[in-house]
Amino acid sequence: MMQATVSAAERIAPAPAKAPLLSVDRVTLRYKTPNLLITATEDVSFQVGESDRFVLLGPSGCGKSTLLKPVGGYMTPSSGTIHINGRQVTRPGPDRMMVFQEFDQLMPWKTVLENVMFPLLVARKLPKDEAEALARQYIDKVKLTRAMDSYPHTLSGGMKQRVAIARGMAMQPDILLMDEPFAALDALTRRQMQDELLQLWEDTKFTVIFVTHSIAEAIKISNRILLLSPHPGRVKAEVVDVDKVSQTDGSAAALERDIHNLLFSNEPGHKE
Amino acid sequence: MLSPNIILASDVESSKPYDNVKPVEQKLSAFETLWGISALRKALLILALAVIWQVYATYLDNPLLFPTLSDTLTTMVDRFADGTLPARIWTTLQVLFMGYTIGTVLAALLTVLAINTRIGTDFLETMTAMFNPLPAISLLPLALIWFGLGASSLVFVLVHSVLWAVALNTHSGFLGVSRTLRMVGANYGLTGISYVLRILVPAAFPSILTGLKIGWAFAWRTLIAAELVFGVSSGQGGLGWFIFENRNLLDIPAVFAGLLTVIIIGLIVENLVFQTIERHTIQKWGMKE
Repeated sequence: MMQATVSAAERIAPAPAKAPLLSVDRVTLRYKTPNLLITATEDVSFQVGESDRFVLLGPSGCGKSTLLKPVGGYMTPSSGTIHINGRQVTRPGPDRMMVFQEFDQLMPWKTVLENVMFPLLVARKLPKDEAEALARQYIDKVKLTRAMDSYPHTLSGGMKQRVAIARGMAMQPDILLMDEPFAALDALTRRQMQDELLQLWEDTKFTVIFVTHSIAEAIKISNRILLLSPHPGRVKAEVVDVDKVSQTDGSAAALERDIHNLLFSNEPGHKE
Repeated sequence: MLSPNIILASDVESSKPYDNVKPVEQKLSAFETLWGISALRKALLILALAVIWQVYATYLDNPLLFPTLSDTLTTMVDRFADGTLPARIWTTLQVLFMGYTIGTVLAALLTVLAINTRIGTDFLETMTAMFNPLPAISLLPLALIWFGLGASSLVFVLVHSVLWAVALNTHSGFLGVSRTLRMVGANYGLTGISYVLRILVPAAFPSILTGLKIGWAFAWRTLIAAELVFGVSSGQGGLGWFIFENRNLLDIPAVFAGLLTVIIIGLIVENLVFQTIERHTIQKWGMKE
């Protein structure tokens, strides 16, 4: 019951004012190695609205994964602020569920069902039967009904990632943070997972930030793309209305080519 | 529909009848199934060794040096029947459980302290570095002075033999928990003791179990050895004392019966207790290397 009112409030409240769900304001991130202070991103600002599929795209070294950490609350920015629903982000919390690239994000000592139920029980404090019903519903959504009582080590990589996505979505977080979730999958599984993610989005219209280094994946998944340049990570461009381009008439391919040229414009052999 | 470059297998005449294909799942033969059971293979090995023992001892025909297996077993049954061995086993196990439990609890406290504070880590690392190479039995003379002839001396030595092995393994297990799982735990808002119990302990369980096994092995050996040195506490000694006593009486089959009992209890704990735990935890979870 409670979760229904919360999600309803979210849907109504920001819409008229068009206030962003997440706002990242002039964030600079630095981290220390034993003998260096490294600037990962500098002065990055962006805003994510309700039901956005927001992709952070850039070559390696642009700090796109690092950028997800302060949003998740795992890292404090050296300067700048991050607000979600008007609250400043200071620590990790279940309102921002992370889906990681690594397959070991599932708890090997819990079955698929228990893995999805676990955060519902400990973070949202739902009663057991309610948590189980919700977990089953989302496991059905990611088409893992048959693997409900399996342990993660018996699942394939793609299935593990589906469980992680179900776990994140079952929590009905304000925002789902996905850190290259399909990067460790084989190419066929990856395409299938991208399609399924889009279907899930059609279903529930969740808000997601998705980090990737694949231009094609970014175009397929997102409605908005933030392009980052490397060393240190800075905003290079923002691509909007990505969901309007189509694979069939060649506009997606054209966009892909443009993004590619933009990202690699400084390198020799990639003159615009 | 399809592009002309694609030729479907079902259209090709030669690959059409599928009846020559073997079923995907085939049953293994009975022998293969039996041979796959490691308990059965081990039982066969033990049986072979028993036969070798019996044959060699009969050939040697010197019960003072090397009694036959049947003599040993007869003595063992006798001593079980007259209540000596069960009483000795009970004495030994009581001390063992006390020492093992205290050692494990202390190890848990030390490790929790070590992962939460840096000074705790330093303390644990220094102490394990110092005491791990020190055989617990070498503390026995000191323990005898401090605690006197009695169970408390044995418990002290046992705690020392269990503590460092368990603490060391648990700590390295905690440190080895993947960064992703730690972040997942933090994502759920878990902190403090619930974070340790719900994330770190199960994730580090393979190492913890290894520590418990090593601790058990150390404790068992140490205790038997310690009982050999002194066994009589409040009128009754343990298994080690049983062995020592019967050697003095030159009742060698009883010495062998004592040794066999030590081995059997060791095997039971190793193969039944720990393997059962392993089967229901890390093997089921796919965490066993």
